[in-house]
Amino acid sequence: MSKNSVVQVNNIGMTYHRLNGEIEAIKNIDFEVYQGEIVGIVGPSGCGKSTLLSIIAGLIKPSFGEVLVNGKKVAGHSEDIGYMFQSDQLFEWRTILQNVLLGLEIQGNIDEKSIRAAEELLDVYGLGDFKNNYPNQLSGGMRQRAALIRTLVVKPNLLLLDEPFSALDYQTRLAIADEVGLILKKEKKTTLLVTHDISEAISLSDRIIVLTNRPATIKDIIQIKLTCPEGTWSPINCREAPEFRYYFNKIWKELDVHVK
Amino acid sequence: MSNKIISKEHIEYLETIKRRKRTILITQISVLVIGLTLWELAAKLNLIDTFLTSSPTDIWNMLVEYTQNGDLFHHVGISVLETIVGFTVGTVLGVIVAIGLWWSNFLAKVLEPYLVILNSLPKTALAPIIIIWIGTGYTGIIVTAITVSIIITIMNMFNSFMSVDEDKIKLLETFGATKFQILQKVILPYSIPAMINTLKVNIGLSWVGVIVGEFLVSRAGIGYLLVYGMQVFQFDLVMLGVFILAMISALMYKSVSIIENKFIKWHK
Ligand SMILES: Nc1ncnc2c1ncn2[C@@H]1O[C@H](COP(=O)(O)OP(=O)(O)O)[C@@H](O)[C@H]1O
Ligand SMILES: [Mg+2]
Repeated sequence: MSKNSVVQVNNIGMTYHRLNGEIEAIKNIDFEVYQGEIVGIVGPSGCGKSTLLSIIAGLIKPSFGEVLVNGKKVAGHSEDIGYMFQSDQLFEWRTILQNVLLGLEIQGNIDEKSIRAAEELLDVYGLGDFKNNYPNQLSGGMRQRAALIRTLVVKPNLLLLDEPFSALDYQTRLAIADEVGLILKKEKKTTLLVTHDISEAISLSDRIIVLTNRPATIKDIIQIKLTCPEGTWSPINCREAPEFRYYFNKIWKELDVHVK
Repeated sequence: MSNKIISKEHIEYLETIKRRKRTILITQISVLVIGLTLWELAAKLNLIDTFLTSSPTDIWNMLVEYTQNGDLFHHVGISVLETIVGFTVGTVLGVIVAIGLWWSNFLAKVLEPYLVILNSLPKTALAPIIIIWIGTGYTGIIVTAITVSIIITIMNMFNSFMSVDEDKIKLLETFGATKFQILQKVILPYSIPAMINTLKVNIGLSWVGVIVGEFLVSRAGIGYLLVYGMQVFQFDLVMLGVFILAMISALMYKSVSIIENKFIKWHK
């Protein structure tokens, strides 16, 4: 892996101000993401993971520090970034194809070529037959796949996925996480993946950043090296790697989960 | 999915549903026919005073008379026109104001108490003021109709605008959308169902405004017919006016439903 850094997070901090006080969401966060890497971010809920992604996406300004994407300081929106949410956020009044074209439409890049590219992506990822359907005619898994394609169509350099599977039921979630893992590898996308599912993080990521409770700081950054079973590589198969349990226990301990 | 083999039970189930629907329709028609018949019989047998209650045939004769001399079309035409203009302008202005409130949070906060008070005020109470200010012509009546529907339009539409999921807006922002694009791509399309519901409510409200306006200035229109019928003790005319009003507003309501089915394909 070439060590071209795509994201540089330089010592950022974020404090929200509200009438009833201030909330320090994240503090002293400092890391880099390299070209083609999938970096998982795990941390207790409410610790500031979404805040971190929003700052990297340029949607909110950090109180301290700065973020560089492809060497450029993030200020406001950047076309290099694709964002995916917990729920698919497909627009019910648009067909799947129209939903997938949303980003291109906003950026004024709709033409025959881009429409064809979008249709091809839909075909490749099994939604070709559904491109003229409305979202409510699709299953949760298919909808989330459409949401991913909507993100990929604008050809972002960096994908930010904020718990993208957590609205799905367990079976679908496993299947879609696996598919998305394959898609990300195939498209060679640099990705930051927020999840609270430790197994999901281990099976999909090259590295995992473990965050502390709020205000989130970096507790540990773990390089994941799995000896995946022979045969076709896939995130699900990699869950059978012998190192899997070791990573799981390590992260579990670091998250220091207490049931109150 | 239509090429699936349908089981016998399913056919029976569909039959039951169909039969039930038919029974409901037949009962609905029967209620109307029986009601009219009893009314007519009671009138013919002098069980009720037709001076106060009129009767179906008297109303029918009145309808024929007013249709033949063309008066009916004149009055109905004027009221319908006033209502349609009032309702369209009220809705369009209401949506525009709601967009303004959505655009400027400051404006929304400033106007909030005024809107709440105006909304709880019976708008018809403003009719005399409006007619004095604007005049007793059609414009006065139309403005009355607008006043009745605009506040509720503003509030309904603004509520709908504000209930759009934050993440949908965030999604557009990640694509670099401008505020105008956010309005155009998500806020407005998301609010089409709310818009259609508001249209339905506004039909009734605009009629209220128009009829009240016509009561006050009384020169032409269905409201005028009602007041005139009352003044000259022609109860048949009053009843005719009410029936026509019921028919036309039902028709307008139905038209909006048709538009709704055309527009909202994704609901099915
Ligand atoms: N816009 C905001 N205004 C005020 N506080 C916020 C805002 N967004 C998030 N927070 C607070 O910041 C903390 C971190 O939130 P978030 O980044 O969403 O956490 P996570 O995604 O890890 O669950 C939470 O306590 C949350 O209440
Ligand atoms: Mg979150």
